[in-house]
Amino acid sequence: MELYQKSAVELSAMLRRKDCSAREILSSVYARIDGAEDRVGAYVTLTREKAFEQADAVDAKIAAGEQLHPLAGIPVGVKDNICTKGVATTCSSRMLENFVPPYNATVVERLMQAGMVMTGKLNMDEFAMGSSCETSYFKKTHNPRDLSRVPGGSSGGSAAAVASGEAVVALGSDTGGSIRQPAAYCGVVGLKPTYGTVSRYGLVAFASSLDQIGPMARTVTDTAMLYGVLCGHDRMDATSVLREYPSFTSGLDGNVAGLRIGVPREYFSAGVDASVKEKVQEALSLLERNGAVIREISLPNTDGALAAYYILACAEASSNLARFDGVKYGYRAKDYTSLNDMYEKTRSEGFGDEVKRRILLGTFVLSSGYYDAYYKKAKLFQKKLSAEFEEAFADCDVIATPTAPNTAFRIGENVDDPLKMYASDVCTVTVNIASLPAISVPCGVDAAGLPVGLQLIGSRYSEQTLLRAAFGYETLVGGFDGVAALS
Amino acid sequence: MKYETIVGLEVHAELSTDSKIYCDCKNAFGMEVNTQVCPICMGMPGTLPTLNKKVVEYAVKMGHALGCTINTVSKQDRKNYFYPDLPKAYQISQSDIPLCENGSLTILVDGVEKTIGVTRIHIEEDAGKLLHDDSFAGSLVDLNRCGVPLIEIVSEPDMRSSADAKAYLETIREILMYLGISDCKMQEGSIRCDINVSVRKEGDTQFGTRVEMKNVNSFSGAVRAIEYEAQRQIEVLEAGGTISQETRRWDDAQGKNFLLRSKEDAHDYRYFPEPDLRTIVISPEEVARLKDELPELPNKKLARYVTELGLSQKDAALIVENLDKSMLFDETVALGLCQPKNLSNWILGDISKYMNETSRSILDTPLTPKRLGSLIQSIEQGKISNASGKIVFDAILHEDKDPETVIQEKRMAQVSDADALTQIAQQVLQANEKSVTDYKNGKTNALGFLVGQCMKLSKGQANPAMMKEIITALLQQ
Repeated sequence: MELYQKSAVELSAMLRRKDCSAREILSSVYARIDGAEDRVGAYVTLTREKAFEQADAVDAKIAAGEQLHPLAGIPVGVKDNICTKGVATTCSSRMLENFVPPYNATVVERLMQAGMVMTGKLNMDEFAMGSSCETSYFKKTHNPRDLSRVPGGSSGGSAAAVASGEAVVALGSDTGGSIRQPAAYCGVVGLKPTYGTVSRYGLVAFASSLDQIGPMARTVTDTAMLYGVLCGHDRMDATSVLREYPSFTSGLDGNVAGLRIGVPREYFSAGVDASVKEKVQEALSLLERNGAVIREISLPNTDGALAAYYILACAEASSNLARFDGVKYGYRAKDYTSLNDMYEKTRSEGFGDEVKRRILLGTFVLSSGYYDAYYKKAKLFQKKLSAEFEEAFADCDVIATPTAPNTAFRIGENVDDPLKMYASDVCTVTVNIASLPAISVPCGVDAAGLPVGLQLIGSRYSEQTLLRAAFGYETLVGGFDGVAALS
Repeated sequence: MKYETIVGLEVHAELSTDSKIYCDCKNAFGMEVNTQVCPICMGMPGTLPTLNKKVVEYAVKMGHALGCTINTVSKQDRKNYFYPDLPKAYQISQSDIPLCENGSLTILVDGVEKTIGVTRIHIEEDAGKLLHDDSFAGSLVDLNRCGVPLIEIVSEPDMRSSADAKAYLETIREILMYLGISDCKMQEGSIRCDINVSVRKEGDTQFGTRVEMKNVNSFSGAVRAIEYEAQRQIEVLEAGGTISQETRRWDDAQGKNFLLRSKEDAHDYRYFPEPDLRTIVISPEEVARLKDELPELPNKKLARYVTELGLSQKDAALIVENLDKSMLFDETVALGLCQPKNLSNWILGDISKYMNETSRSILDTPLTPKRLGSLIQSIEQGKISNASGKIVFDAILHEDKDPETVIQEKRMAQVSDADALTQIAQQVLQANEKSVTDYKNGKTNALGFLVGQCMKLSKGQANPAMMKEIITALLQQ
């Protein structure tokens, strides 16, 4: 087994035992990148030189006998909408093709403090808008489990890098399922944390009230460890919550006995592929046989969630993306005759179709005379949905659903059908609307051999419970598939 | 046909907090372009605002001063529009739930009190500034002002003339100064206003269509702008036209306004709650504490000066309108050394003259309340003459000395000793027999000459009033 195929936990132990160096781990990951990247296309930018400097710094500290964070020396990929000082942060958009932030996102600072080694910046749907990574201005990312298929999105580069071994762990961001859906499509683990537990400072905003950065990895333990690095209060983010966090790895005992799992029937409706339902049911049966208590529940407001999500997310996006106007940084059209002409051309040329579609939608729902009918109504729906979840959690510890209604589709298959593309978010958006945490873990493959995702949703701040349940399942199935072979 | 002018004002005042409203940058005016900036106030991708608590405190103080209801829960909203001086392409402001609501302000116009309703006060961030110059093509933008905290004070349409508006603006300015929450430097743009003007025929109860005027940067400009706009509207109506709801730009240099945009072109700001910031929650205790911290406000002070200290309304107003003068006045009065009336004369006379000539604040000079009080006391007690007082005043300011020291050094103490003065008088009468004869022959102006000689002989130290009395008495013997 090559180093790049190992989990962060294994590599961390090896580093501590001096079985290998951080440089050797990084070399192995970079050798994999060199061998696989032309087929996978996970990265927008590689930061090889900086990465080796960081790895050497960790090795020097190990040699000096310094006490290090368990994740020190572990290679991590970072989604390209998370600002990195001195390293281009493009959001996979022509608009920010040459944008180099003079500051780090808080999460990047936290990775650095832990001594983690950043491999590079990962491809995504443009400005995190999309479910297949196909709206990236730069490249298509291929699903390492089947290279003809999409990795999901928007954190498709993150999921693909982790699945292919081009990174040991990665950061994604999740506004409506952007961590969990690609994790499901690529057969890896992805956690969307409770809103406010991970700082958004330096995350290029898509929908501020829904966005959350989270960890992606090949094992639940690695996911838990990385989440432990990311979470915590940040005075630079007014929506960051002030609270104590437990150790997320210490409770992982593999025991699911007594775990109360709610299964909402609305998440198993006609729109969900039969093979996906089957795999999720199998996973639930396995959990039940091992002592979990399965209970069918109903979340009747689920139906309105997709509409509410696209209203809220697009409304905020239309405002958040207004700053990309060609005045200060990023793309500016070459020929223009006036200020308005410059704005129009810059934004017409700098943004892709999906981004423009959402900006138009968001501008419309906020416009005078329509605000009450759309935005205000969606905000009211948000309250109702949150209350409904809260009620459900009175009787269950986690809620289990499919992560996505389908498995990875072929590249190009849905690009001309935005509504079909939006429908792949149907199982995940409710979590963002209700500010809840949720984790996606692989639960087998469909007939085509494509990974299916099991989503576990928790009440606010219940990450420990979620991770424990996910780890229980991982233990029962004898561990998830590791790095994809890329055959 | 007589018309009545209706005016409502939106006053924007920059708050003088140390740092900006949503980042740690210094809130400083007049610095080199684009130096008081950071990724947050430059609106760079991924950055987030965090609210400066001081801004809320300052706004609540203003709310208290204007008798507003303070909303203990208020929210911030985004006002979306494109302009190169607005780096995020939205301004964080407050839309439907401002910090303060339903207040009022009493103003004094030509000796008559009027109450002007204050609809609301909200907090928001300032935008940057565009720079245009022949030395470069196009326009450049200076973002130093981005994120400077502002309060917007919105009045009801309760003013009926440019004079009302001027009094309102001046009173608002006085209060801001008294609260110490704004520099109120008009030339630096720390107070700006938008003016809503409409006219109606006298006796009408319905308001006419209002026109909003932007770009008014001085109080005198506001007066001109209102008068111009009211006249423009009257002319339109008299010619049988109708007023359309529109926004016009005031050009003070030309003394005219120009159409900026009609109602059809009005911006749709697409306000929505700012998702990057939490609801502003202030406890009732905090609201009460800020109320307790309010200083004595100008209208209260004015009343006290007139009724308790016996100043004329005019003098009292002149002192109250200037924070430095009123502070010096209050602190000196508190020492109890001199008469408030005499103090007021000094402050409005020599001290005002000095402040105007040097553009200094009297609070930054060696003239302490104690020195000023004892200077005036010395005059009141006849120790020195008024003329000497002025010399002592100069010496305090320029040599940083106590008045007692100056009086001693310059041997200014007035001779008020009757015996000593009689001696001087007798000497002068002996030496000027011709004048004595003249006086006795009815040439009364000889008296002035003789008194002058006495003063000269005493090197100016004789008490002139007593000197005159003694000479007169001796001549009549």
